[in-house]
Amino acid sequence: MGKQSRVDRFEEIFVAHLDAAYDLARWLTRDERNAEDVVQEACLRAFKFFDSFHGGDGRIWLLAIVRNTYYTWLEKNRPQMLNVSFDEDTLTANGYDVDALTHDTEYCVDRLLEREDSRRLVNHALDRLPAEFREVIVLRELEDMSYKEIAAVANIPIGTVMSRLARARKLLQQHLQQSKQES
Amino acid sequence: MDCTQTRSLLHGYVDQELDLANVIAVDEHLQSCMACKKIYDQHSALRSAVRQHASYYAAPAALADRIRATIGGPAAHAPAKTVKPRWQWFQLGRWLQLGTAVTATAAVTWMAAIQLNGPSRNEAIMQQVIASHARSLLTSHLADVATSDQHTVKPWLSSKLDFSPPVTDLTGAGFPLVGGRLDYLDSRAVATLVYRHRQHVINLFVWPDSKSDKMSPMQIYSRHGYCLLHWTDAGMTYWAISDVEPADLKTFAETYASAK
Repeated sequence: MGKQSRVDRFEEIFVAHLDAAYDLARWLTRDERNAEDVVQEACLRAFKFFDSFHGGDGRIWLLAIVRNTYYTWLEKNRPQMLNVSFDEDTLTANGYDVDALTHDTEYCVDRLLEREDSRRLVNHALDRLPAEFREVIVLRELEDMSYKEIAAVANIPIGTVMSRLARARKLLQQHLQQSKQES
Repeated sequence: MDCTQTRSLLHGYVDQELDLANVIAVDEHLQSCMACKKIYDQHSALRSAVRQHASYYAAPAALADRIRATIGGPAAHAPAKTVKPRWQWFQLGRWLQLGTAVTATAAVTWMAAIQLNGPSRNEAIMQQVIASHARSLLTSHLADVATSDQHTVKPWLSSKLDFSPPVTDLTGAGFPLVGGRLDYLDSRAVATLVYRHRQHVINLFVWPDSKSDKMSPMQIYSRHGYCLLHWTDAGMTYWAISDVEPADLKTFAETYASAK
């Protein structure tokens, strides 16, 4: 296999999934320039390990690398933001007691978003989620991935995908509700 | 299924990740429990809010070139090599445009062909099919005989009608049979077979049609957010309707037609 064809084959994959890679990185870093750096670094890594890619879903493969690159980048640049050994328990310890959030059944996202600046509100609420919650929402709702695909990208068991999504949504709903009260 | 069990499965339910048995159990619970239904509605509203309003950030145009340069792709090599890919991309763009035009022309021709095949009669039947499908969902009256056993559904329908519709359970292909029902369409009593795909309901209406001995090509329509498929085969006329993706409904119809 010549060098050129390896580059061509890689180019096919990264060009096809570049928007997905950038969108995930942009949501994780919450910054345009950092997102570009993460994607560039991820593609460089992906290209190095391209021989270990044996077909399959290029998007899952590339997004998993983007995600790993982000956490490495975070460790190097923003160690204070890193939730070491994240799990639902440490999340509770960090002041996000998701289970204590109650379901306000009178509250309706539809009605709130009818009147307000919906895009800003939703983006802001999503930005405030811890990264581990933000990523499952982005993969599920923006990339439209199945639990199986999310599990492969985020390197967690399928069962954890559902519980993490459930908690993420609960917190997201809480954030939206708070935005409403603040405005 | 009680409220605790239902709520623990609701996210899997809205994400269409549950197996059929759980989908049906949650369906049933939601029909009778207002509190859980309200939470389900909230989840759905939140999901559509995120899908509709959250930004999807597309990669900046220059990023691809920066990456090509880092991996030592064509852009980082000899000048002669940089010209070639650009030309290829340009050509690809032109072919895509041409392709779109050809597809559009084909679509117009194809639609025109459908229109010439007696639009008024098909349109009238289609309206009845949509109404019947919507009514079955609204009133939660999906099946007069609710069983996945084809050997129960077929004799039941035959005993009520003057014909015997082909009934096959397609669980293996992802379209389990839910049951059968009687409807009144095109001025006659017809058989309705109810199938499920994930949490979507597919209604398949069947009745005899003397003018349709041979298998006709499937015609696909989209109306009011529903997808409809119509074909005839061996003296029967078929109308399938659902809110599943058109490709899924086509797979369903092809599986049904080849299995009966």
